[in-house]
Amino acid sequence: MYKIVNKKVLNPTVVMMDIEAPFVAKKAQAGQFIILRVDEEGERIPLTVAGYDREKGTVKIIFQVVGATTLSLSQKEEGEYISDFAGPLGRATETEGLKKVAVIGGGVGCAIALPVAQKLFEQGCEVHSVVGFRNKDLLILEEEFSAVSDRFIVMTDDGSAGKKGLVTEAIKELIESGEKYDEIIAIGPLVMMKFVVAAVKPYGIPVTVSMNPIMIDGTGMCGGCRLTVGGKVKFACVDGPDFNGYEVDFDEAMERSTMYKDFEQHRYTDTCNLFKGIE
Amino acid sequence: MANMSLSKNPMPTQDAAIRAKNFSEVALGYSEEAALDEAARCLSCKNMPCVTGCPVNIHIPAFIEKVKEGEFEEAYKIIIEASSLPAVCGRVCPQESQCESKCVRGIKGEPVGIGRLERFVADWHNEHFSGEVVRPHSNGKKVAVVGSGPAGLTCAGDLAKKGYDVTVFEALHLAGGVLVYGIPEFRLPKAIVKKEVETLKALGVKIETNMIIGKTLSVDELFEMGYEAVFIGSGAGLPRFMGIEGESLKGVYSANEFLTRSNLMKAYREDSSTPVMKAKRVAVVGGGNVAMDAARTALRLGAEKVYIVYRRSLSELPARKEEVEHAMEEGVEFMLLSNPLRILGYHNPDDERDPKNGFVTGMECVKMELGEPDSTGRRSPVEIEGSEFTLDVDAVIMSIGTSPNPLIKSTTEGLDVNKRGGIVVDEATGLTSRDGVFAGGDAVTGAATVILAMGAGKTAAKAIDEYITKK
Repeated sequence: MYKIVNKKVLNPTVVMMDIEAPFVAKKAQAGQFIILRVDEEGERIPLTVAGYDREKGTVKIIFQVVGATTLSLSQKEEGEYISDFAGPLGRATETEGLKKVAVIGGGVGCAIALPVAQKLFEQGCEVHSVVGFRNKDLLILEEEFSAVSDRFIVMTDDGSAGKKGLVTEAIKELIESGEKYDEIIAIGPLVMMKFVVAAVKPYGIPVTVSMNPIMIDGTGMCGGCRLTVGGKVKFACVDGPDFNGYEVDFDEAMERSTMYKDFEQHRYTDTCNLFKGIE
Repeated sequence: MANMSLSKNPMPTQDAAIRAKNFSEVALGYSEEAALDEAARCLSCKNMPCVTGCPVNIHIPAFIEKVKEGEFEEAYKIIIEASSLPAVCGRVCPQESQCESKCVRGIKGEPVGIGRLERFVADWHNEHFSGEVVRPHSNGKKVAVVGSGPAGLTCAGDLAKKGYDVTVFEALHLAGGVLVYGIPEFRLPKAIVKKEVETLKALGVKIETNMIIGKTLSVDELFEMGYEAVFIGSGAGLPRFMGIEGESLKGVYSANEFLTRSNLMKAYREDSSTPVMKAKRVAVVGGGNVAMDAARTALRLGAEKVYIVYRRSLSELPARKEEVEHAMEEGVEFMLLSNPLRILGYHNPDDERDPKNGFVTGMECVKMELGEPDSTGRRSPVEIEGSEFTLDVDAVIMSIGTSPNPLIKSTTEGLDVNKRGGIVVDEATGLTSRDGVFAGGDAVTGAATVILAMGAGKTAAKAIDEYITKK
């Protein structure tokens, strides 16, 4: 059992938790993920690490309520426990030798982009962060991001915070203005990552993306998380989750992500009703 | 007087038509009467050929003798001297190619039903035994076991019996390895695996779940933590795909994923929180035991039609005969001498958002014929030109083997692997290229059987005891 030592609601659908998991906390690095189960009958879901405190032995997760499992996790309170928390899994984001990087986060993907930006900033890299949200109410981690960014740009779809527009417009503008990046790291919804890759392709800047497909064990055993990368089958859990954005078949990944859509919708509705019943 | 009947007492089973729709165990086990009658077929040969056929060398005539006398608990004690998981082995061992293949009674007629008797004895014990397991006196020495599958559990059990303080590290949330994620409930009820694991815990074995060795902790860190030896029984690894068009379509599974969803995550239950596709028409590619498990699971999940697609003929099928027979009885159709060319998917050119887009609609195959024997003596299949045909299916399960998992190898310096990625060991001891590190089971051999993994776990336990004693 793993204790929730801290919980904070970041916006109406995004929750942050610090989970007591000393072994995971000792090893976790930016870009890696964990697998958790909320309770004994729960499904296994992967969540990318949003931070860690090696001394306190805690790992930070930030998740959006998108289905039954994240909904029941969001209902857990400080001091309560979850059944399982395993990791760290996957490869850490490679940051060695990078001198100037643009980090792009979309929505809750910012939670995963933040530790990457932190790591880069700490190693003395110049970090330009671009974060995108639908509107001001959904904006998260603004202070944390700006603390580790030499330039920090907020984009919202409706202009209610930062500038109106998409992250793709912001990154193009930065590049056009003469900023020269060693690499761009984009983390967010599949469609966002796909369009970031398309937007920066003409400039030939390397793009790393973080993939989060459907997964069960997270150790390479099931193959459910497979992606086509550079024409080859790769497992996100052991070969990733970071991949060269130019090589990822995003359309296929988007299609595969909807495999259990009906099932998930039913379970989400059932779980919603269950919690309504309690209240 | 020995029972001179030429045939085994038949194993009572659920009716094929009924069992193909449920997940309850297929084979129901011997009654006491049947067990006594079957035991009486054993001639108690002095030279015990059956024992040489058993990878863990169970003293077979001795336990059968106790069954004859009706001393079932005594029979159990004889079995567990050699095997830590009798209720499991009695169910999943390929006895026909091991102990029973050596049985003198098999020369004329059927061999003694050793596996069935083993299962009877283990089940009898689980049902009737209520005493305490005697915990051996601790020698204070710590051993780490990586993986809680058949190799790891056997190694842990044997070392615990010798007084070692054993901790088993399991990557998943539940102990049992392939016994819980791979082999289906209808062949090996999970309650039985749980019971065997509980018995090991009573012996003092500690089980740490959610610990991925190679990630959460490295082998070197285990030594730093005071473990004097490490046994790696981490299993077979990453599922293979064919590399044909359409393998990323929705509805294409590896057998590992399909079985893990159903077995470990209980997706076959209505109230499960883990989904699995309830396909109507399913093709399983491959001919091993895992393929049979996947095909029979698909039937039970409600498929109307399940095909086994295998590129050679019936006589080359690597699965156990009993599994093939069970699958056939239940209605699985065998498309032999057939090989997949590509998997076809739905695509609506007028509507990118059509929810059916990207789902499997069929699989194109080609007929094969067996050519000349190759260097291994196996006749290799050759495509028959122009014989392409399409199977109308909505799910495809790839069951064509695995390649080794890189997690431990990549984080353990000095651990040699062969060109297929299996860990290199000395066969007599299980010792790897690293001092104090032993290995066995599928991590060494690639996908094999439960009992071979158990045999390797047993060999390593003995070697680990000698290694630590000599230190």
